Amino acid sequence: MISISHVTKQYKGAPRPALDDVSIEIDKGDFVFLVGTSGSGKSSLLRLMLREDVPSRGSVRVLGENLVAIPSRRIPQFRRNIGMVFQDFRLLPNKTIFENIAFSLEVTGASRAKIADKVPAALRLVGLAEKSDRMPNELSGGEQQRVALARAFVDTPALLLADEPTGNLDPGTSAEIMNLLEKINAAGTTIVMATHDRGLVDKAQKRVVVLDQGKIVRDQRGAGYGGAQ
Amino acid sequence: MRFGTVIREAVSGLRRNVAMVVSIILVTFLSLTFVGTASLLQMQVGEMKNYWYDRAQVAVYLCSGISPADACPQGEASADIKAAVEAKLNEGTLKPYIDKFFFEDHDQAYKHFQEQFKGNSVAKYVTKDQLNETFWVKLKDPQKSQIITETFTGFAGVEEVRDQRSYLDQIFNILNAASLAAIGVAVLMLFSSALLISTTIRLSAFSRRREIGIMRLVGASNFYIQLPFVLEGIVAATVGSLLAGGAVLAIVHFFVQGVLAPKLPFTNLVGLAEGFTVFPILVGVGVLLAAVASGTAIRRYLRI
Repeated sequence: MISISHVTKQYKGAPRPALDDVSIEIDKGDFVFLVGTSGSGKSSLLRLMLREDVPSRGSVRVLGENLVAIPSRRIPQFRRNIGMVFQDFRLLPNKTIFENIAFSLEVTGASRAKIADKVPAALRLVGLAEKSDRMPNELSGGEQQRVALARAFVDTPALLLADEPTGNLDPGTSAEIMNLLEKINAAGTTIVMATHDRGLVDKAQKRVVVLDQGKIVRDQRGAGYGGAQ
Repeated sequence: MRFGTVIREAVSGLRRNVAMVVSIILVTFLSLTFVGTASLLQMQVGEMKNYWYDRAQVAVYLCSGISPADACPQGEASADIKAAVEAKLNEGTLKPYIDKFFFEDHDQAYKHFQEQFKGNSVAKYVTKDQLNETFWVKLKDPQKSQIITETFTGFAGVEEVRDQRSYLDQIFNILNAASLAAIGVAVLMLFSSALLISTTIRLSAFSRRREIGIMRLVGASNFYIQLPFVLEGIVAATVGSLLAGGAVLAIVHFFVQGVLAPKLPFTNLVGLAEGFTVFPILVGVGVLLAAVASGTAIRRYLRI
């Protein structure tokens, strides 16, 4: 599903590389936590997986595509198989919840029938079916992140990338989001989630990859934030 | 591809940037009006050139009593000389090039001179024998005046051979330079409108950066992302170029035909036919300019 080998990412002007000879394999159906302090390289790794960026050295293969060599016209098609959520939700403030989710289908050329079918299903999944006509600013942070999740998942992507999705949420709400992610994972979607949330990671007991200063210092299955329990 | 969505996006972009859109319309309107007027001027020069070059003749001036001695050592051209020149013009080598020619004697030359300089004091002092007798030669192809010049320069009893086109050339050179300068200014204005279009599109893209970000994230094709912006530029520029086309037609109809034509009855001025030739060119230039400028702008914006 994801195969990253000997990847180094050096940003211009930075004293040390953001990623330093990183190799990682992620299989279909995995749920992987990327943990580490700010600046440890979590976001850089996610950006490489989404082909927002290319590595300075090494190879990145995601969903069968060689992301170092992929021609730019094929990138949109590639991204249609990936969902992404962010800490800051990134909803469109001038569109309703329904329109926000429909937008991501519309712009990839989905038919009206497909939108009418998939959007309500995604809203039911995240438990916001009754709020589909509300605007994002009328929703709580947790609800907004659920909308963002519905948008990422609406076209049932093979891979879901989450960059600190609970970073702005209280622990109770974070747990709700985590439940949703586990539900999505159980349905067969591979999930890679960058997070700081110790409690969440400890409770979930999934695969944990720890990054420090751009290097992978630990890669362990069924582990917690600080190591095996 | 859902064109409804694309068009909706373009319309909302236009509405969000009304002031900038109006400025695009005005700048394309002005610059294309200038382009249109300059090309009409160029057409006018071309038309006048055709008209006057067709009427230009070659004058073979015969020696008169006051001709300078180095050109006319034998003095006033005799009847024999006139016959010789006439015979030469009728000869096989020259005949194919000549449409027609006629001889103007002292009396006719004097009469023309008096008409031409009516009211001018020079008309009082000139006498018949001071004016050259002349063979006026009209060529089939005015470009080939050289053949007459070569034949008669140095011919006994001929003072000078003069192609009238040499006078016209000076006038047309000036007119040409003026219309080229106008085109130069027009090109500069077009360039500035291209820059304005690209700035506007960049602003418009910036104000929609959230949407663009999400579109890229969920895998909308580049074409789909760019199209609304390109359409935005094209719509604004099309309005501007239609206005410019209208202005050019108005200038032709009300100024050239309405004001100039009655004052210059013997000049063949450009009319609505030429105006309608220029119209689609202006719209085409406007649309192409907008498409290229906004397409380049949005592509550059998205690359960053």
